[in-house]
Amino acid sequence: MKELLDQLIALAVEKVPLLGQAPDWVFYLLWMLVAGAALLVYASLIAGITSWVERRIAGRMQARIGPNRVGPRGFFQWIADGLKSLFKEDVTPANADKPLFRLAPYLVFTGMFGAWAVLPYSARLYAADLNVGILYVMAITSLVVIGILMGGWASGNKWGLFGALRSSAQIVSYEVPAGLAIATAVALSGSLSLQEMVRAQAGPLGILGWNIFKSPFALVAFFVYFIAAVAEGNRTPFDLPEAESELVAGYNTEYSGMRFVFFFFAEWANLFLIGAVSTTLFLGGWQGPLANPDTWWGVMIGAGWFFLKACFFVFVLIWIRWTLPRLRVDQLMAMCWKYLVPIAFVCLIGTMLWMSVFGDRAFFGLVAVGP
Amino acid sequence: MSPLQTDIWTLNMGPQHPSTHGVIRFVLKTDGEIIADADPDVGFLHRGLEKIAELVPYPSFMPYTDRLDYLAAINMNWAWALSIERLAGIEVPPRAEHLRVITAELNRIASHLISVGALASDMGAFTPFVHALRDRERINDLFEELCGARLTFNYCRIGGVSLDAPPGWFDRVRGFLDYYEPMIDVFNRLITDNKIFVERLRRVAPVSAEMAIAYGLVGPNLRGSGVKFDLRKDEPYGIYPQLEFEVPVGRGYRDGVLGSCFDRYMVRIEELRQSIRIIRQCLDRIPEGEIQAKVPKVLRPAKGEVYCRTEAPRGEVGFYVISNGEKTPARVKIRTGSWSAMSIIRELSKGWMIADLVAIIGSLDVIAPEVDR
Repeated sequence: MKELLDQLIALAVEKVPLLGQAPDWVFYLLWMLVAGAALLVYASLIAGITSWVERRIAGRMQARIGPNRVGPRGFFQWIADGLKSLFKEDVTPANADKPLFRLAPYLVFTGMFGAWAVLPYSARLYAADLNVGILYVMAITSLVVIGILMGGWASGNKWGLFGALRSSAQIVSYEVPAGLAIATAVALSGSLSLQEMVRAQAGPLGILGWNIFKSPFALVAFFVYFIAAVAEGNRTPFDLPEAESELVAGYNTEYSGMRFVFFFFAEWANLFLIGAVSTTLFLGGWQGPLANPDTWWGVMIGAGWFFLKACFFVFVLIWIRWTLPRLRVDQLMAMCWKYLVPIAFVCLIGTMLWMSVFGDRAFFGLVAVGP
Repeated sequence: MSPLQTDIWTLNMGPQHPSTHGVIRFVLKTDGEIIADADPDVGFLHRGLEKIAELVPYPSFMPYTDRLDYLAAINMNWAWALSIERLAGIEVPPRAEHLRVITAELNRIASHLISVGALASDMGAFTPFVHALRDRERINDLFEELCGARLTFNYCRIGGVSLDAPPGWFDRVRGFLDYYEPMIDVFNRLITDNKIFVERLRRVAPVSAEMAIAYGLVGPNLRGSGVKFDLRKDEPYGIYPQLEFEVPVGRGYRDGVLGSCFDRYMVRIEELRQSIRIIRQCLDRIPEGEIQAKVPKVLRPAKGEVYCRTEAPRGEVGFYVISNGEKTPARVKIRTGSWSAMSIIRELSKGWMIADLVAIIGSLDVIAPEVDR
């Protein structure tokens, strides 16, 4: 990958006049643009295909077929829907705050998509490896709540505002247990960089080093993180901001056409994001049997593991969504502050105690070697 | 700068709102999510059925009763037929009586399926609704075989029913019951036993027995409050006195409050089983014979009046008919269950949340055509 890129750059320097004298930041910028474009394509594919997968799975769960007309088994349905939405009229309500109304979907989109830049797709496959990667993920996904609040407020619709207010209360609350659970994983891995966190989870068979196996507290923290992530992603049973049967469509009631697609693109991209971050933090990221980071085929196998694990979470999220009913606002808050936050605290402190007693060896290691 | 203040907010819910089951509108006054007042605004589906009844001959009003509650058309047909039979003193042959019970109870299952499924979908779980529709589809198939229609059946006639069952139909009904009885448990596993679902309903908006009677609640809504009152038992009609079944009542299921939304829901679930029991008995004992009594071509009941009520899925449906010897009634008044259920919502929803209002509407099983007529 890197060698190929270096060769390409060398070729470009040779062919294009003046490029040889360009300062380093030009190359850096070019590289970032290429990586960004590649990621955008990748994210669009994932989000689009996820939308089709979700509809097919939902169809199976509901004793119906789901989309099956466009392409084999309806596989191109997402392209058809996307194109259709592009051509639809983009209605801005008369009493909307127009600049904010137009801006909001892009914020939601940016918040979701920005986090994809640091995901460790494999050992040497990533767009950026920030040394504060996980903090960056938390920070940039917070843009989503601003976008939702902005969209709900600016659309001049009372249902929209309801959805926006619910959303802000919900996402801000669930950041706390999510942050604490992430801190547990950070404590176990000893780094904030996502790549380093994955590398720290190397172990026998590529499986036993995963953070969830390192201490019982980490296993609980994983579930806390997953629940909090579902809540931050506005998915059933926490889909109150767009609760169809209560708030019509919540914050996106007034949106149509392209802007509506941006909201939904973000939602489906977020499914994979939840899976990817959970995988990275607790399930060893690209670690797995045969995922050797030093050979190119090992890297590709690692990418496969990462993708499979993330897709497993996507399936679980879809499964949950089409099974469970929705919580009420006060129950949602009670669950966060009465249960998840204390549990997350116990997990964090418990993990630290565990580490100070046993070190960061996996508890499988303890069983085998003895303390 | 003025200090921060809060305000009561006026919010328009419906008539095009996903969970107002048809065209019902509420003008909500809310303090944040808490409802201060929910003013029901009815009449979007008013068709003047009572006036139409005065203009058409007695038998010709039958198709209109389908539209009175399109989810339980046969129960409505039956109520009209029974009123006129009482008015004109017509005896219905036993085979027709059995067919009426079988179809009416099948229709009750279909209607309750929509009700419990829609409540689940109001709570945010869409899958149970689709599963309920899947089973209801089979009932619709049975009805299609019987009378050609899938929704507005127009099956009962004054003095009987319109068509006899086609060959093998009773076996197919039995086949459906064998299929469906275990499906209730599957449905319960999917949604009724769900922790979130129970928590959303079990303490929400309890109606005490006194309040239920004061507001004239009927049917499953009344029984949900623990009042054991079922017209099939307490004011029997048709062949119900000869059949064995129980009347399920609310009893604070799952540690809830008596008369809560969950009790009303559970009463419907339990009634599904009782309906199956009733149909099985009818299938076992249905006699051969006529399906239609002799009724004059132009029906002119003697001068008089009658109030006849029957137990429909949404509770008591009553026809008050005055005849002055003409071929059309002089006056018809229809009393339906959803109307009284609608009237209690305003009182009931005070202090609950918007999400609970949805549960209240769903658990009371209010549907627009019954409210507006």
